[in-house]
Amino acid sequence: MMLFENIRLAFSSLVANKMRALLTMLGIIIGIASVIAIMTVGNSVTGNITESMESLGVNNVMVSLQQKNEEKESREDGVVFGSQPRSENLTEEDLITTDMIREFVNRYPDKIKCISAQSTLGDGQALDGNLYANASLLGVSLGYFVANDLDIIAGRYFSEREFDEGDMVIIVSDKLVNNMFKGDAEAAVGKTLQFNVEGKFYHPTIVGVYEHEDSPYMISMTSEKDIRTDAYLPLRTVMNEKHITRFGGFTVVTATGTDPDELAGITKQFFNVYYRNNRNYEISAFSMATMVSMMSTMMGTVTTALSVIAGIALLVGGIGVMNIMLVSITERTREIGTRKALGAPNGSIRTQFIVESIVICVVGGIIGIIIGVSAGMALAKYLGTPAKPDISSILLSIGFSSAIGVFFGYYPANKAAKMDPIEALRYE
Amino acid sequence: MEPVMQLRGITKNYFIGSPNEIHVLRGIDLFVEEGEFVAVVGASGSGKSTLMNIIGALDRPTTGEYTLDGIDVIRAKDAELSRIRNQKIGFVFQTYNLIPKTNALKNVEMPMLYGGVSGHTRLVRARQLLELVGMGDRMKHLPEELSGGQKQRVAIARAMANNPSIILADEPTGALDSETGRLVMDIFHKLHDEQGKTIILITHSPELAEETQRVITIKDGQITGIRKGKGKENDAL
Repeated sequence: MMLFENIRLAFSSLVANKMRALLTMLGIIIGIASVIAIMTVGNSVTGNITESMESLGVNNVMVSLQQKNEEKESREDGVVFGSQPRSENLTEEDLITTDMIREFVNRYPDKIKCISAQSTLGDGQALDGNLYANASLLGVSLGYFVANDLDIIAGRYFSEREFDEGDMVIIVSDKLVNNMFKGDAEAAVGKTLQFNVEGKFYHPTIVGVYEHEDSPYMISMTSEKDIRTDAYLPLRTVMNEKHITRFGGFTVVTATGTDPDELAGITKQFFNVYYRNNRNYEISAFSMATMVSMMSTMMGTVTTALSVIAGIALLVGGIGVMNIMLVSITERTREIGTRKALGAPNGSIRTQFIVESIVICVVGGIIGIIIGVSAGMALAKYLGTPAKPDISSILLSIGFSSAIGVFFGYYPANKAAKMDPIEALRYE
Repeated sequence: MEPVMQLRGITKNYFIGSPNEIHVLRGIDLFVEEGEFVAVVGASGSGKSTLMNIIGALDRPTTGEYTLDGIDVIRAKDAELSRIRNQKIGFVFQTYNLIPKTNALKNVEMPMLYGGVSGHTRLVRARQLLELVGMGDRMKHLPEELSGGQKQRVAIARAMANNPSIILADEPTGALDSETGRLVMDIFHKLHDEQGKTIILITHSPELAEETQRVITIKDGQITGIRKGKGKENDAL
């Protein structure tokens, strides 16, 4: 009954001093809004990255060259950061040969679904009179389309023969078709394009068109017309063109029923036999699943760090509340004296002001949550990820703002409770 | 019958033990019978405010005995003093001291709220009291919307809320013009005559004091005179 009365009183005091109440709440509003916004965006982005990485295939095992270093701290999951092969030390002899890969596939045919390897030809431009389209030309193995889950919307994949022969055939994106063939994918199939790649001209024939998907976590700043999409050639074609036979890395797609982590271990063991005597390099292999969980952990850490910063804003807000509460009890000294003369015990005066402080903080918190969720969703939408407001963080915010109310309201409330009634009644 | 309020040898010193020790009250003996209307008069600095604070259980005397309605006020703990103020004493201040931004009804309910009276009973009693002081038509008004006299009438209704043993009125007409002051005094007389309330009126106005049954004069912290006023005897006695 008393509590209800106190809440009513706190609200009427808020309404009576609207401007001051709003300014006081501002700190809480900003603090809570930033925490919620960060959590919302963080959750959305993490969820989205995880999802898109999973869509790339949790069954994939990434194999790459890695510099040998005895002192380097290796993580338990076998992933080592900053281990990109340095080109100055890297010689042709260090790279993985096609023979090694072939041997590997032959050794474990039931564990491997396919191998995805790629080699970049270079960035180029398709030209046809006034029409043009930007593309990155990439030589890919048969397994690439499986590993990367690409959808062919017109035409077909490369044939086995085209791979083996190294034919000048190409699979282009629907975006390129938009620019070169007015979006008619069916009409594009069978046409020969002229590509200018870093000064060299190529004339591949289109055999298929795939559906380009915008990378959700990379904001494209280029216009639709200038967008650069991948265009795929058979791996052999590019290797012949560049006169190479070896790779720095590739992806293994695990066969159904095989644990990717297990395959990663097997792969590492298999290839490192070749590298036992190599002074500088060895092979690292880890599954996509490991990568996904690492990514989530990393995003979680970033979100937490940002939330801590927002928490500081909340702390400052709390100090603001304490400040205004101190002003408020000074202004209401006579009221406090009167209440005491009317028989209010110290405890109920304390409760009154703590409740008032909680009401300020919770009202501020709720406004903050509304702003935070809207801002977070707007930002998530801008980033192109589905918004996921985090219910637990919203509940936590309400709890946290009440806690701030109690914490920063206690000192002023206690000061009010301990006032001498005679002094308080005499206060002008 | 035991007097409702008994003060024996009350002294109050400030700066105790220092060379500048001030003796504000120098041994006050005062008995007030139930249903009595008493006036305490004295110039400012006479110690009557300090006496009022002690009677009102807001302050403790340095030495002496104080019994109110059979309760030993001297030995009461702070929490008990709150309870005594709430249940046994009804304060009326010179400056009204209504709670701002809170309507007349809620102001009158306030002491009952602290006294743990249930919501409905509170409302009914507050309404009755406001009717009694002639404020029945302004129950929902905020103090800011009331005149001085109206505020004081609400304050009197509030003082009556828990049906206290004594009503302690400190210069209740001090801030009012004589006409409104008259109105307020009439309410005190009404409460005294019709309800048999014990009222202690602290004032520096000899005319108002004269209206009560007994006038107690304080000077330099001592009672210098007690005489009968012109107020009529209460039938209850």
